[in-house]
Amino acid sequence: MTVNPSGWRPTTPANTQGEAETVTGNRALMLEEPLIFESDASETTGVDFDEVPQHPRRLEGLERSRPIGLPGLSEPEAVRHYTRLSRQNYAIDLGLFPLGSCTMKHNPRLNEKVARMPGFADVHPLQPQETVQGALEVVSELAQWLLDLTGMPSVAMSPKAGAHGELCGLLCIRAALEARGDKREVVLVPESAHGTNPATAAFAGYRVESIPANSAGRVDVEALKSRLAPDVAAVMITNPNTCGLFEPEMKAISDAVHAAGAFVYCDGANFNAIVGKVRPGDLGIDAMHINLHKTFSTPHGGGGPGSGPVVLSKALAPYAPLPFVERDGDQFRLVEEETAGEHHGGTFGRMVAFHGQMGMFTRALTYILSHGADGLKQVAEDSVLNANYILRSLEDILDAPFAKSGPCMHEAIFSDKGFAGGLSTIDLAKALIDEGFHPMTMYFPLVVHGAMLIEPTETESKASLDQFIAAIRSIGERAKAGDESLKAAPVHAPRRRLDETLAARKPVLTYRDPEVAEAAE
Amino acid sequence: MRYLPLSEADRSEMLRVIGAPSIDELFRDVPAEARLKGPIHNLPSHASEMAVERHMAALSRKSMAAGDVPFFLGCGAYKHHIPASVDHIIQRGEFLTSYTPYQPEIAQGTLQMMFEFQTQVARLFGCEVANASMYDGSTAMWEAIVMAHRITRRKKSLISSGVHPHYVSVARTMAKFTEDQLETSVPDLTARTDIDRLTAAIDEETNAVVVQYPDILGRIADLTPIAEAAHAKGALLIAVVTEPVALGLIKSPGEMGADIVVGEGQSIGVGLQFGGPYVGLFACREKHVRQMPGRLAGETVDAEGKRGFVLTLSTREQHIRREKATSNICTSSVLCALAFTAHLTLLGEKGLRQLASLNHARACEVADRLAGLPGVALVNESFFNEFTVKLPVEARPAVHAMVEKGVLGGVSLGRLYPGAEELENGLVIAVTETVTDQDIDALEVALRELVQ
Repeated sequence: MTVNPSGWRPTTPANTQGEAETVTGNRALMLEEPLIFESDASETTGVDFDEVPQHPRRLEGLERSRPIGLPGLSEPEAVRHYTRLSRQNYAIDLGLFPLGSCTMKHNPRLNEKVARMPGFADVHPLQPQETVQGALEVVSELAQWLLDLTGMPSVAMSPKAGAHGELCGLLCIRAALEARGDKREVVLVPESAHGTNPATAAFAGYRVESIPANSAGRVDVEALKSRLAPDVAAVMITNPNTCGLFEPEMKAISDAVHAAGAFVYCDGANFNAIVGKVRPGDLGIDAMHINLHKTFSTPHGGGGPGSGPVVLSKALAPYAPLPFVERDGDQFRLVEEETAGEHHGGTFGRMVAFHGQMGMFTRALTYILSHGADGLKQVAEDSVLNANYILRSLEDILDAPFAKSGPCMHEAIFSDKGFAGGLSTIDLAKALIDEGFHPMTMYFPLVVHGAMLIEPTETESKASLDQFIAAIRSIGERAKAGDESLKAAPVHAPRRRLDETLAARKPVLTYRDPEVAEAAE
Repeated sequence: MRYLPLSEADRSEMLRVIGAPSIDELFRDVPAEARLKGPIHNLPSHASEMAVERHMAALSRKSMAAGDVPFFLGCGAYKHHIPASVDHIIQRGEFLTSYTPYQPEIAQGTLQMMFEFQTQVARLFGCEVANASMYDGSTAMWEAIVMAHRITRRKKSLISSGVHPHYVSVARTMAKFTEDQLETSVPDLTARTDIDRLTAAIDEETNAVVVQYPDILGRIADLTPIAEAAHAKGALLIAVVTEPVALGLIKSPGEMGADIVVGEGQSIGVGLQFGGPYVGLFACREKHVRQMPGRLAGETVDAEGKRGFVLTLSTREQHIRREKATSNICTSSVLCALAFTAHLTLLGEKGLRQLASLNHARACEVADRLAGLPGVALVNESFFNEFTVKLPVEARPAVHAMVEKGVLGGVSLGRLYPGAEELENGLVIAVTETVTDQDIDALEVALRELVQ
């Protein structure tokens, strides 16, 4: 193959010392971008409108008299602004994004195309039901898949994200307890749980008590059993747990919880490890949310939107929130406040204005149909295979606190034990940035000191994993040798380490024009 | 399978490295009786992209898309034209496929966008600070009520009858569990809102008065007097905005003294999507920021002194504070916030004013046309792009009858307030810049036939 047909020679990099300052502050493809408020653009707009017909206004005399302070950009400027900003982000489209318990898998583009089909994207939530049958059928079809995959009898589709799903589950539990006149006040949460679990329990009006983990990274079942009493409403368990381990005694835990008159909530954030392999319904679980933005590949979008349908046991199903979709022959019906009374008087009420995250339902259903039952099983197997490959390829270089207890599930946990020179997890994480990877989840779960939780997901190739492993091995060696230079990492990112203390001590949360800011000093 | 890169050879090699004889060995912690033997029975197997697309397209065709017919629905979700560049921007993979910006060195794109979004929302609402989004308007309103509870340490909230009934329903659901006391009622089909009655009801037990602006029937009222009355009793004013485009033309709630302003951001940049995902807007006074829920981006500097942005004040949040957090919210609606901020940046102040003026002028035109129909009365004296008419017949069947004529002609109050007989002739009609002259003619013809 001829590389240089014109006879040009490849460039030879000069022996440079550091990076020269540029006039613009840009460095080739790394482009600095000001805030929109720093452009002088109060009269610029990127949208053209028809002329406004003259009409007397009926605004109660409340017309704005002062400018709002919203800058505008023409279309080319706006496209460039956001494109430049986008290039300062790491993303799953760019490389491995091994955030533990976040399931950053590839987001198929067919999902995006389908979500934009007009029968889903361009229908109003209050349209008459006969005009939204296609949308309702999507909700119903996805709901059926979720039931089949979890082995549960009922599902609430409206929760907006995982934490909202947790709330839905706990409110069902609370409603079920109240229906039998049983006032219980405590929710037990393992100390390894996601922060949303205790926060949700408190938001639902419960007192939270912590359950310890044992030395094998599992819930201490004896400690849990000994705390079960008539004041306990529910136990919130994550399975597979946040140490990346399956709770082998899950069924026994459920039985004990039920015997004590309480309910089992399962945090389904880690469902990716077991989808198509194990059904939570076979483990005695009463409620579990499913993060469609994790297991079912809907994009995270920099922090949402998510979607958190909650599967429910027979005992909790009567209390599920409104609205929901019912199938009646080949017609689909939305059950709301008005029609709930007939068959569904126990509902705890409405959690959101409309019907949940339709845009996420279409994406998740598209993904599920693409994989089918066989593909989803393969998803779980490959995600677990990839995580174990990482575990066994790194356990000789990084401390792996639970490696001896056997295989992990979809994520592998390590710690910074053995790092020298005051280096810790964050230094390894930031050095990974320089190697072109997103760091793993750091310092979580809290039960492992200096935790590093790595979830590769099934959409990484072996070559990608091998490169990641090589990078961590190299950085791990340096950390154990006390290589001080790691504290300066990252050096190749759009920004060096940022001063988070300053940000919290003197919060600047909105842009203030320089003269205003100065006057306020 | 097209989304799975591992080959059989890879799998075997990786199992060898792991030292496991088979994949099942990796699942050995799962009790044997809970392990499924093969793919779940009676479910379809994997399918090609073409086959899946065909199936989904067939479902899509079973709905009547808003863009295909004369369309006049509002009540918390509005059909506005979204510039093509907005959808392009939110599909940039670096935005679409990134996570919550926990590693700020490689997430400045999302963080700067959040900071710009916060500034735009704060300015639009007339507040000092705003967060980086909530799930939607209804959940934002409930979070505002519990925030007012925390600030005032009082349990009673007065909710105007003009607040969207589904928002009230969400708050009532939640209040059952937190034992907050909510006073609510059903609106009257009159030109005046219930602001005077509410003002009189504020007492020393009240943590907040909650009003919607413009309200569910489209009415607009000056919030200044009720803000003053609330403050005089040590209560807060929470304003709910479900149509933020209105604020291109009318004063912001913050300017009139609202302490917390929440809203639904869908109408700027986000499509109808049958109700979600949408984007909750949340703004308040700077002195209350530590009681605020949700993510916040803040400005700081990096090790070289360059300006950058980080997530800040996290000690309010669940991942740090656990059960003591201000809210359990984690994932919110950042991609929809991006759509909102990109659309608002394209509009700018000038474009937003034009858009708002166009909406209002169009709505005035339609209101006058419909008020000319026999037996049809316009309820509102004031409105932005949405108003209520009282029909001589029940509105709910009328809406279905209009569907037969191929017109999506508004939201009946019977749908929103089932059982409220005094409201059953009410029809709420929204008119945006997307409505054409032919659409208006079609609505008028369809309604005329029904009322005769």
